[in-house]
Amino acid sequence: MEKKTPLYEVHVSEGGKIVPFADYLLPVQYPTGILAEHEAVRTQAGLFDVSHMGEVMFSGSTALASINHLITNDYATLGTGRMRYGILCNECGGCIDDLIVYKFGDEEYFVVVNAANREKDVAHMAANALPGTVVEDVSDGIAQLALQGPRSRDILSRIADPTRLPEKYYSFVRHVSVAGTDCLVSQSGYTGEFGYEIYTSAENAVTLWGAIRGAGEGFGLLPCGLGARDTLRLEASMPLYGHEMDDQTTPLEASLGFCVKFAKDEFIGRDALVATGAPSRIRVGLVATGRGIIREHQDVYVGDRHIGTTTSGTFAPHLRRAIAMAIVDVTCATTGTEMEVDVRGHRVTARIVHMPFYKHA
Amino acid sequence: MAHVPEGLRYTTSHEWISEQGGTYTIGLTDYAQDALGDLVFVNLPQEGDRVIAGETLCDVESVKAVSDVFSPVTGTVSEVNEALADSPEMINETPYEAWIARIEGVSEVEDFLDAAAYVAFCEKE
Repeated sequence: MEKKTPLYEVHVSEGGKIVPFADYLLPVQYPTGILAEHEAVRTQAGLFDVSHMGEVMFSGSTALASINHLITNDYATLGTGRMRYGILCNECGGCIDDLIVYKFGDEEYFVVVNAANREKDVAHMAANALPGTVVEDVSDGIAQLALQGPRSRDILSRIADPTRLPEKYYSFVRHVSVAGTDCLVSQSGYTGEFGYEIYTSAENAVTLWGAIRGAGEGFGLLPCGLGARDTLRLEASMPLYGHEMDDQTTPLEASLGFCVKFAKDEFIGRDALVATGAPSRIRVGLVATGRGIIREHQDVYVGDRHIGTTTSGTFAPHLRRAIAMAIVDVTCATTGTEMEVDVRGHRVTARIVHMPFYKHA
Repeated sequence: MAHVPEGLRYTTSHEWISEQGGTYTIGLTDYAQDALGDLVFVNLPQEGDRVIAGETLCDVESVKAVSDVFSPVTGTVSEVNEALADSPEMINETPYEAWIARIEGVSEVEDFLDAAAYVAFCEKE
């Protein structure tokens, strides 16, 4: 039986097309459609319910040491009010999940994980946290909305004190009053666009959604579903767990080496990653040069040589072309390399391009 | 409820059919385009393709997924709507004008539904 977020009834009344995703019933799109929702985020603003995401609190005198033991990035240099991406690795260096750590204080960290991985993550975290750290899954009490797009600040400023909004990317402010509800507001998101992620108690979700929708009138705000969330993140070449990475893929293979800090003395998976050395396959971005849309799990060739597999692919609504990500042999991973993708039995030509495919102004 | 014009015939795989002088014109119904969402690519058949009733005629792609279009008849593709190559969204906007292919030399046809039967079928989907 799928779960519902606190906004389920709102999505139905907004005309959302509901699908099961990560054990939740969520809207894949609203009546305006994925293309319009995608473009709203690129040019105006879009509002997403991402309450299915998991949230885990780490607290106690050893909270930082536990975070640094569990996650590949280095959180010793993270300031209070700042957030940082990282990977939860297993002992073999495979990815259990990717996540974001918010530092509330020296002994208090708020960790946001993927919905589909939440139970697995919490079990792994609880089993491997150091003595003196309390790991608590607080997901069920928290709703999360993402307000994304260039008009996001204008919209939020109508219902919150603009001087209280986070000024820097990957920073956050706690206890911001948004339409009278107590919220954590971070400047972050999964769209490649300017925007905010807003966390509040589950019982405030309907009030907050309604207030943002009202404040968005005149700013071109559209409610956006999972469909646009996926095309937006893909256009921004952001990885999605289960696609660009999984427990058989290392963060280095997923081209996420920027968040693996070997300078740290130790973290789970470090020994395996060091022993393996430079990866033999890495994630690249592809643009189709032939006609056709490349999708996930399609074979990639240079001539007759099979060099890898696509991990995600779609028609990029803003760029108006077919894009994909693939994990390929590192010897064929140079920008500009021409390759072919087997799209249901016929070959579509593609070229490796720099990521991100799209970067906002 | 999706629009279902009276004068056309329909399949349970959501194609519409219009027959005139032995030429069968095939498109996707309003119900189909709504279920598929924004279409962004039509992989058109080619003139001269031999097609078989109940088998794939071509495919269409929405942002999210690829879907087959099935040929309701056995015959030869005599004409394709090339405008769809550049403007697949025409299927979303005007599904009963945005025909995909015309088929001639038809030797076999599927059992078609009339408008009332198709409406009843969609209501059960």
